[in-house]
Amino acid sequence: MSLTADDVKKIAHLARLSLPEEEVALYMQQLSPILHFVKQMNQADTSQVEPLSNPLDLSQPLRPDKVTEPNQRTAFQAIAPQVEAGLYLVPQVMEGEDNYVE
Amino acid sequence: MLNKSIAELNHALHTKKISSVELTQFFLGRIKQFDTELNSFITVTEEQALQAAARADAQLAQGTAGPLAGIPIAQKDIFCTQGVKTSCGSKMLDNFIAPYDATVVKRFNAAGMVMLGKTNMDEFAMGSSNENSYYGPVKNPWHLGYVPGGSSGGSAAAVAAQLTPAATGTDTGGSIRQPAALCGISGIKPTYGRVSRYGMIAFASSLDQGGLFAKTAEDLAWLLNVMAGFDENDSTSVAHDVPDYTLTLNDSLKGLRIGLPKEFFNPSLDKEIANAIQAAIKEYEKLGATFHEISLPNTALSIPAYYVIAPAECSSNLARFDGVRYGHRCKNPHDLEDLYKRSRSEGFGKEVVRRIMIGTYALSTGYYDAYYIKAQKIRRLVRQDFDDAFKKVDVILGPTTPTPAFKLGEKTSDPLSMYLSDIYTIAVNLAGLPGISVPVGFIQGLPIGMQLIGHSFKEARLLNTAHVYQKATDWHTKKPEGF
Repeated sequence: MSLTADDVKKIAHLARLSLPEEEVALYMQQLSPILHFVKQMNQADTSQVEPLSNPLDLSQPLRPDKVTEPNQRTAFQAIAPQVEAGLYLVPQVMEGEDNYVE
Repeated sequence: MLNKSIAELNHALHTKKISSVELTQFFLGRIKQFDTELNSFITVTEEQALQAAARADAQLAQGTAGPLAGIPIAQKDIFCTQGVKTSCGSKMLDNFIAPYDATVVKRFNAAGMVMLGKTNMDEFAMGSSNENSYYGPVKNPWHLGYVPGGSSGGSAAAVAAQLTPAATGTDTGGSIRQPAALCGISGIKPTYGRVSRYGMIAFASSLDQGGLFAKTAEDLAWLLNVMAGFDENDSTSVAHDVPDYTLTLNDSLKGLRIGLPKEFFNPSLDKEIANAIQAAIKEYEKLGATFHEISLPNTALSIPAYYVIAPAECSSNLARFDGVRYGHRCKNPHDLEDLYKRSRSEGFGKEVVRRIMIGTYALSTGYYDAYYIKAQKIRRLVRQDFDDAFKKVDVILGPTTPTPAFKLGEKTSDPLSMYLSDIYTIAVNLAGLPGISVPVGFIQGLPIGMQLIGHSFKEARLLNTAHVYQKATDWHTKKPEGF
C-alpha cells in the first residue's frame, strides 16, 4: 500500500490538519510502510468471524434521561480561547445575505 | 522513609512515627533534588500537596483516617485534576486547567492520599519511549542515556527513583507494563472496565485502561483497592465486585497452572531475557506451580490489528481538539477551516499527527471494511485464543518486552520499529485482560520484566502470583544508584 501525495493531502484535509508542502513527502514515506505492515491482517481468514468492538463483548447500558449535572458554563468557558456574552467565538462563517443559500 | 512499603508507611502514619506533612516534604525534596535531571514531572503541586497532607494529619489525629491517608502519589498527566494543568504531554493542552477531577483522582483524594504532581508522558499516551512528550523526554533512572519506556514513562521513572511511593498510569497497548519492566518496578493494567475512564483523556476508548505503578505487587494491591470499582460516569465501567486485593496476596501457589505461550518464546526473544524468565519459572516450580505449553496463534496479528484500531479510535477522539472550546488556538485565523487546521497542526506533535492520519485513512469511505472491520475481526480471534488458553491454565507467563530499555533517540526516526516493541503487551489490551509486570532480572545494569496475564477480573490472582514470587526473590528490592 503506497500513498500518493494526493492521498496524503486528502487524509490531512479529512482530519482537518494543515500540512506544509514539504511535509507531504515525509508523511508519504512514513505512513506507507505502516499501512503496508497492517495489511498482514489479510493472512487471517475472518470470513466466519464477527467484529469485536468492546473487548468484554458488553453493550452500553442505558440510564433514565434525567438531569444529573448543574450548569457549569462559567467554569467551562473560563478555559476557552475566545468567548463573549456566554458564547464561543469563531471566525465569521456566513457573510451577509449574499452567501446565504436557501 | 525510603524503601518503605505502603503498609509500612500506613503503620508509621497511624502510630504517629511520622506525619503526612513530613512525608510529603520528604518526597517533594527528592523531586527538587533529582527531577531536573529525570524530567519525570510536568507539574509539581507543592502547595496543594502540603494542604492535603495537613488535612490527612488532622484525620489521622482524629482517628478517622483510612488506610491510604497521608501517603503521597503522583498522577499521570492524562488524568484531569481540577484547578491544575492537565497537559496530556501535548502543546495542545499546555494551557488547559481541568474544570473537574477524573474519577480516579477523586477516589485517591477521598482516600486522603496526597498528590505530589502530574507526571510526564508521551503526547496523548502515544509512544513507547516517552520521547513524544511536548515537555521533553524522561530519562531512565538506571541509565540516563536510556528511555524509561512509555507512554507512562514519567510515572515509572518517578517510582523507580523513589520520588514518589506510587503513581498512576494508563495502558492502551502496554503503556504501564512496558515502562514498569524497563524501570525495574511493578505495574498493573487491570481488566478493561475495572477502573473508571471518566476524566482520563481518551486515546483509544476500547483499549484504554487506568492502572498503577509501585515498588511491589503488595503495594499495588493496597492502591487498587481504592482505584477499582464501578462508575456510572463511564459507560464501559463494569459493575463487578471489587474484592479486598490484600487478603489473598499470600495464598499458596500449590497447584497453580501457569501457561507458557509458545509464540512468546521464539528466536527473536533476547537470549538473556529468555534466561531470566527460565529462572523465574524454576522459582515458581519450587513454589508449587505447574507449567503448561499453550498457544496464542494470533499473537503476531495483534500488532497490525492494534495499529488500525488504536489510530482509528484516536482520530475520532482527537477530533474534539478544534481550537474553539479549550486548548491551543492558532493566531489570526482567516476562516473557520483555517482555525481548525492550524490549531490542530500547531498543537499536535508528529506521532499524534501520524496516528490521526492512519486512523482517518482506515475509517474513510472505501477502506473502512478492509481496515477497521478486519482489525475488529482479528480482535475477536485474539480474544478467543485467550479464552481457550484460560480453560487450561490460571495465569499466563512470559516476558513483558523483547529487549531491555533502548537508547534515547535510537528508534525515533523509525516509528514502525517502535511499534514492534509492543509485541507481548498489545494482545492483552485487544482482549481487555488484566496484566502485571514485575522485575525479574537485569541485562548489563538495565532491568527487565516478567508479565503475568490473567482472565477477566482475576486481578487478585495476578497480584497473589506476583507477590508470592517477590517474597521468594529480591529483584524488586534493587534500586538505581545515585538516587
